[in-house]
Amino acid sequence: MPIISYLAHPHDGKKVELLEALSTMDQCDVIPAENKNLLIVVTDTETDEEQDNLKERIEAVESLKLLALVSGFNTPKNK
Amino acid sequence: MYTSLNNRRGFIKKMAVLSAMTAAATMFPGIIFADEQERNLPKGGDLDWKKGPCRFCGVGCGILVGVENGKAVAVKGDPNSSVNKGLLCVKGYHQTMCIQSSDRLTHALVKKNGTYVKTPISEALDLVASKMKETIEKHGKDSVAMYTSGQSTIPEGYVASKFMKGAIGTNNLDCNARLCMASAVTGFLTTFGADEPMGCYEDIDHADYFITWGNNMAEMHPILFSRMLEQKNNRGAKIIDFATRTTRSSMASNKSILFEPQTDLAVANAICYEIINNGWVNKKFVDDHISFNKGLTNIGYGLEDKFNFKDKPTKIDFEQYKTFLEDYTPEKVAKYSKVSVKDIKYLAAIYGNPNKKVVSYWCMGMNQHTRGTWINNLVYNIHLLTGKISQPGNGPFSLTGQPSACGTAREVGTFTHKLPHGVVMNQKDREMAAKIWKVPVERIPSKPTYHATEMFRAVDRGDIKFIWTQVTNPLVSLPKTGRYRPAMEKDSCFVVVSDVFPTPTSDVADVILPASWHIEKSGMYGNSERRTQQWDKMVEGPGETTPDAWMTIEVAKRMGYGDLFPYSEENHAEEIYNEYTQFHEGKKHGMAPLEVLKKQSGAIWPYVDGKSTQWRFNAKYDPACSNGKDFHFYGKPDGKAVIWQRPYEPAAESPDKEYPFWLNTGRVIEHWHTGSMTRRIPVLHKAMPNAYVEFHPDDAKALGIRNGEDIKVTSRRGECILPASVNERGLPTKGQVFVPFFDENMLINDVTLDAFCPISKEPDYKKCAVKVEKV
Repeated sequence: MPIISYLAHPHDGKKVELLEALSTMDQCDVIPAENKNLLIVVTDTETDEEQDNLKERIEAVESLKLLALVSGFNTPKNK
Repeated sequence: MYTSLNNRRGFIKKMAVLSAMTAAATMFPGIIFADEQERNLPKGGDLDWKKGPCRFCGVGCGILVGVENGKAVAVKGDPNSSVNKGLLCVKGYHQTMCIQSSDRLTHALVKKNGTYVKTPISEALDLVASKMKETIEKHGKDSVAMYTSGQSTIPEGYVASKFMKGAIGTNNLDCNARLCMASAVTGFLTTFGADEPMGCYEDIDHADYFITWGNNMAEMHPILFSRMLEQKNNRGAKIIDFATRTTRSSMASNKSILFEPQTDLAVANAICYEIINNGWVNKKFVDDHISFNKGLTNIGYGLEDKFNFKDKPTKIDFEQYKTFLEDYTPEKVAKYSKVSVKDIKYLAAIYGNPNKKVVSYWCMGMNQHTRGTWINNLVYNIHLLTGKISQPGNGPFSLTGQPSACGTAREVGTFTHKLPHGVVMNQKDREMAAKIWKVPVERIPSKPTYHATEMFRAVDRGDIKFIWTQVTNPLVSLPKTGRYRPAMEKDSCFVVVSDVFPTPTSDVADVILPASWHIEKSGMYGNSERRTQQWDKMVEGPGETTPDAWMTIEVAKRMGYGDLFPYSEENHAEEIYNEYTQFHEGKKHGMAPLEVLKKQSGAIWPYVDGKSTQWRFNAKYDPACSNGKDFHFYGKPDGKAVIWQRPYEPAAESPDKEYPFWLNTGRVIEHWHTGSMTRRIPVLHKAMPNAYVEFHPDDAKALGIRNGEDIKVTSRRGECILPASVNERGLPTKGQVFVPFFDENMLINDVTLDAFCPISKEPDYKKCAVKVEKV
């Protein structure tokens, strides 16, 4: 049950576009910086496979310039 | 149960957001996430937030550890700490995750017939004491040694010193800070007669320029670098990176200047030449507060066993110093430093401008240097010539690598030549120690014995027959481990290793003692800015884990020295600290009392009349100044700091036809030193799973090397195979390769050279000659 946070860097002038694209994805929370060209993305998935698929979909968004991993936590089930 | 899982996931999610915000703030100082920042801080519940310093680097960030049901479940930056103001780096945030590692050392292990056998700790300590005693009886007190750490707490370092020097009566105590800070110490002592920086981190808020000397602060001291970036963005302060490799720091700086390894000595002299030649000397400051010395030259590299060197200072005058600098005109130095005349003059003009405040920062690039003491002296020369010292925003600042290299190794004194106050060579210092320790003064020997490298050479020779290492992993961190690993495996030496996790060093131990981690014990650390920070035990350690200080005390008691260690198990850290502070009473080094340290996030010594002293040697801030002038360098008998005449001399080993590349080693942001803790933190391990060898793209192209290909790095001492890295984290200059040393599966220190600065005895991990080939 991985929870991963990333810094998402949009292409110039594409911050709102990126925010809108990511906000529509399930299992994905987005927090935009108010004063910089940057968004925080947190993914919360059930399995590693789901996580990999979601990451692939995020990386396919055209307005995204760079996705940088910050931290990952694995929470074991039934605990 | 389902609700509990939701709560836990919600909490972890908040921590993930918080980590990302921290990372963002490191890259974009002043970044705002509006009320999200507050909303995402874990609040309420049963969390009890306990204060302490971070376990890792010498910056000494304040942390708050969230404890729930006796377990550490979260870490956040302490907003009340003036060091980090609530911010932490990626290592800081995840630090407590290592303590639950499945291979944690929870019980003592004793090697019997080649197999480690789980043993009650009291029995293991009996064995350690009896072996130590037996060795002393058979071979004399100088046949036993302790090797401790800049990560030992102040109480741990103090009892180790008292045990070895006061109880047993041997100076066979040294520590891993010899590998990182010894040149800073000898630099301070030769120039100022008093160790540790005169300024503090608040200098960052005042300086116009930050000049970093061989120092990748963005990765090694990220919180301080983030504070510098904030000043760069908010008020236009400038960062100049002067280094041998392009790093994340270079990329974020206003200007990056690269130099040929070892030639920092010449460039520093060229800057002084320019300052004098252009009339930028602060004449009144120099006349009032400076004397001039020269020392011996062609001083060697310590490559042979039992190497011995003692410098011989000779007084010179300003004119003689000026004549000496004629060999260091920018034009002459540019030829071999590969720094342009224009850039040398640019650096000199920054230091020489009386209207600009300048802080110089450095760490391992200058300290791990076969002329480490000299290059420290030379950067002080620049600040002393211009009078840019001991004032807010003006000063040379030697950063430390370990959380208590200052507080423990340097202040308590866990080096062979040191005592908690002063040095073993000084009769008065020995008398003070004997009085406080309640031992006969003649028991404390007056002659230093083994510095770190020589200590392990002595193990190899069979001179040391018992060694106890605490809080350190020398068989990954020493230079030329290819010699010292077999040495520690020899039957001639009984090896005791105290640690939290198994390491390549514990692999060769006869007894492994399970140590408490940081927050499983009480303690104090001292950081780079002379700040002492205290914490109380936060959680219980697993199994029979025990604080290192208490294990030392238990062994001392078993050896018959119990009367010298009358501390209680519950409060020994506090009782020891109160005894220790007697050594530093007075205006020059007074330590803050325990009740102050418990209330606030640290205090800077000298702590006088209830106040920290932020800038030493400046009469406006430092109550110890007593000469009636504006500055008083009271570490020297004449009250004057010393400008040293020190020449450029080449490295111990340089590239040649057979070994055509420089090898430079160091750290990465994700890992702490030898990786024994951070490689057990999944997120950090995943981010940087193994070491690598970094190439300049032109060299990689010429050799047909691609990213990820296995490369054998070979020196005259050993070899190491690592994947190639091209155009990734850093960019070495052409003709140089860089390898981080955190990975115990790729031991680059089998390749490095054990040459050291003859004055400080600190090895040079930044320069040796290697060849590289595809495997």
